[in-house]
Amino acid sequence: MDWKRKHLLGLEELEAQEIEHILDTTDSFREISTRAIKKVPTLRGRTIVNLFFEPSTRTRTSFELAAKRLSADTVSISAQTSSVVKGETLKDTARNIEAMQIDAIIVRHSMSGAPHFLSRCVEASVINAGDGCHEHPTQGLLDIFTMREKKGSIKGLKVAIVGDIVHSRVARSNIWGLKKLGAEVIVVAPPTLIPMGIEEMGVKVCFSLDEVIGKVDVLNILRIQLERQKGGLFPSLREYSRLYGVTADRLKKAKKDILVMHPGPVNLGVELTAEVANDPRTVILEQVTNGVAIRMAVLYLLLQ
Amino acid sequence: MKLLIKNGRVVDPANKIDGVLDILIDKGKIISVRKNIPAKACQVIDAKGKVVAPGFIDMHVHLREPGREDEETISSGMKAGAAGGFCSIVSMANTNPVVDKQEVVKFILRKAGEEGIISVYPVGAVTKGLKGEELAEIGELKEAGVVAVSDDGEPIRSSFIMRCGLAYSKKFDLPVISHSEDKDLSQGGVMDEGVMSTILGLPGIPRQAEEIMVARDIKLAELTHGRLHIAHVSTGGSVELLRQARKKGLRVSAEAAPHHFSLTSEAVKEYDPNTRVSPPLRSHEDVEAIIKGLGDGTIDAIASDHAPHSLEEKEVEYGLAPSGIDGIETEVGLALNVLYYEKKIKLVEIIKKFTTGPAAILGLREGTLSIGAKANITILDLEKKWRVDKNKFFSLSRNTPFHGMSLKGKAVMTIHQGKIVYNNETSTV
Ligand SMILES: [Zn+2]
Ligand SMILES: [Zn+2]
Repeated sequence: MDWKRKHLLGLEELEAQEIEHILDTTDSFREISTRAIKKVPTLRGRTIVNLFFEPSTRTRTSFELAAKRLSADTVSISAQTSSVVKGETLKDTARNIEAMQIDAIIVRHSMSGAPHFLSRCVEASVINAGDGCHEHPTQGLLDIFTMREKKGSIKGLKVAIVGDIVHSRVARSNIWGLKKLGAEVIVVAPPTLIPMGIEEMGVKVCFSLDEVIGKVDVLNILRIQLERQKGGLFPSLREYSRLYGVTADRLKKAKKDILVMHPGPVNLGVELTAEVANDPRTVILEQVTNGVAIRMAVLYLLLQ
Repeated sequence: MKLLIKNGRVVDPANKIDGVLDILIDKGKIISVRKNIPAKACQVIDAKGKVVAPGFIDMHVHLREPGREDEETISSGMKAGAAGGFCSIVSMANTNPVVDKQEVVKFILRKAGEEGIISVYPVGAVTKGLKGEELAEIGELKEAGVVAVSDDGEPIRSSFIMRCGLAYSKKFDLPVISHSEDKDLSQGGVMDEGVMSTILGLPGIPRQAEEIMVARDIKLAELTHGRLHIAHVSTGGSVELLRQARKKGLRVSAEAAPHHFSLTSEAVKEYDPNTRVSPPLRSHEDVEAIIKGLGDGTIDAIASDHAPHSLEEKEVEYGLAPSGIDGIETEVGLALNVLYYEKKIKLVEIIKKFTTGPAAILGLREGTLSIGAKANITILDLEKKWRVDKNKFFSLSRNTPFHGMSLKGKAVMTIHQGKIVYNNETSTV
């Protein structure tokens, strides 16, 4: 198929066919990562800016490696979120960066919709590397790629997403992508971490991990942030982990070939135990490897 | 010279008039309303095919002077009002300094008097500095000329202070206008809470944040027998609470803003900061309930909650943008489009929301075409098709989600105390 999009802002707006095309393209890029010389000249002469308003070593490094393996020039900018009162606005920042003749901006921002806003301010391609509680499309894609790789197909797959659904951009990108490719999605969390109306996105809601763990093919476990407890959404990490933590004991009730995933970084002993992290069915490191390939595919498709 | 408005369809709800009549104006007053007034020694306005109504009143406008003259001045706000079809605007107290002292009221009235084109009626603060802690000197504010009191922009968190505000204002027969929002519940929300906020990943404000406060304030009106006015009703639940309060005979009134009956939270989809407003755009069901409330008289007035904001402040991430819509110049067009054309509400009922409705709440002696009344007149062209162009606003700000929208029906002439202050044909104020 012909790729027509200039930006990658979320998986919501993509067609199933487009998502599959990214996954197929990723297959070929993954092979490059296994070579001795992990570099192709595809994007030589292109300049890509990593504009990160939130610290994230993992995602930034993954994008940087992806760009370098495609021979693009990269620059990383750590910026501060600010309103006009405090200083430079996102619009000013974007315009300044664009004046340097760049081809793409990869943006991570704490405010939902910031990449959309950016895409209206600049001529360059905008890639969303995570915006607030909205979407994290490349994480969604790499999760889905990993599921497809391990399970053969997404269609009919039962996936439980466990954790802080209300604040999770990873959850939203997973939901859109998985639903479009025909998976069944269940979100599992305490009621205070389930956002209103999420059923209308086509998912089932369950408050009990024990109820679903035996029925699903994939557990995608989200990182829980301690600030949420202070916000009154749950009483303690201890109780959270007792109810929603994946332990070896809980895993015994799961299907034998269950896939355990986590976007990282893991709070060991909270979301899952060290034993589960080391279980062969847990594929957290493979997700990281696939992340580079997915980002290569996305950069290639948007900038070719 | 006398002014004669000929052959218009005169709709004057206060006098139960709806027919083709002429209106003769002299020395700023209406001196005759009847058929076939001869055009002798007077300027004639041909209003054939148009609707001639009492001058419209917008009871909820934020002028940014004093404090943010880059966003709106008293003068520019008055021009925007005239261009929107309004003869009178009611300015909210959340300026800087706040309208909690006589001097600020006098300043606004002096500035407005100098400009002169339309009338400005200031609202005073309920509490000093809008802090919600101590009552402002409401008696002195009244003496200086305020027509209501409100901490709008902020709710009054303390039930006790709200009780005092409602009770104390009785002595001056002033309504207390409530921005009903339970801030503990709305938290840092920026849009309606529901599937849209979930999809967009933006913090939501449940409709109950408004309804809890509306219910509380109605209870306090019951307790104090004070006069309560609910600003910018945004939810079906609030409409229902108001309906019950009216049935009980409480002195409670309400207004709705055009954006709350013409847009839903779907409009936030592209993260356009111009759709950020407080209270937020709600669901389709809420829109329907508000329209029903306007239709059955539960909601007395339509008011813009005109809230100008600078481009620099609005051209930011959704969550950082200030709330508010620059709405006074699109208000009448939206009302006609949605309420008259789409929802088939009778024209006379719509005109009431801009005239007798707000006039009764605020005790203004206007909103009628009675003989001897101030010659404030708004002429509507129901057939006029036009496109909203924010770059042609008289307002100093441009924050509208309606830019580019095609509307049918417009206020085409505004006459204030016998003087033509806006004429659509020449686009001048
Ligand atoms: Zn308000
Ligand atoms: Zn207001």
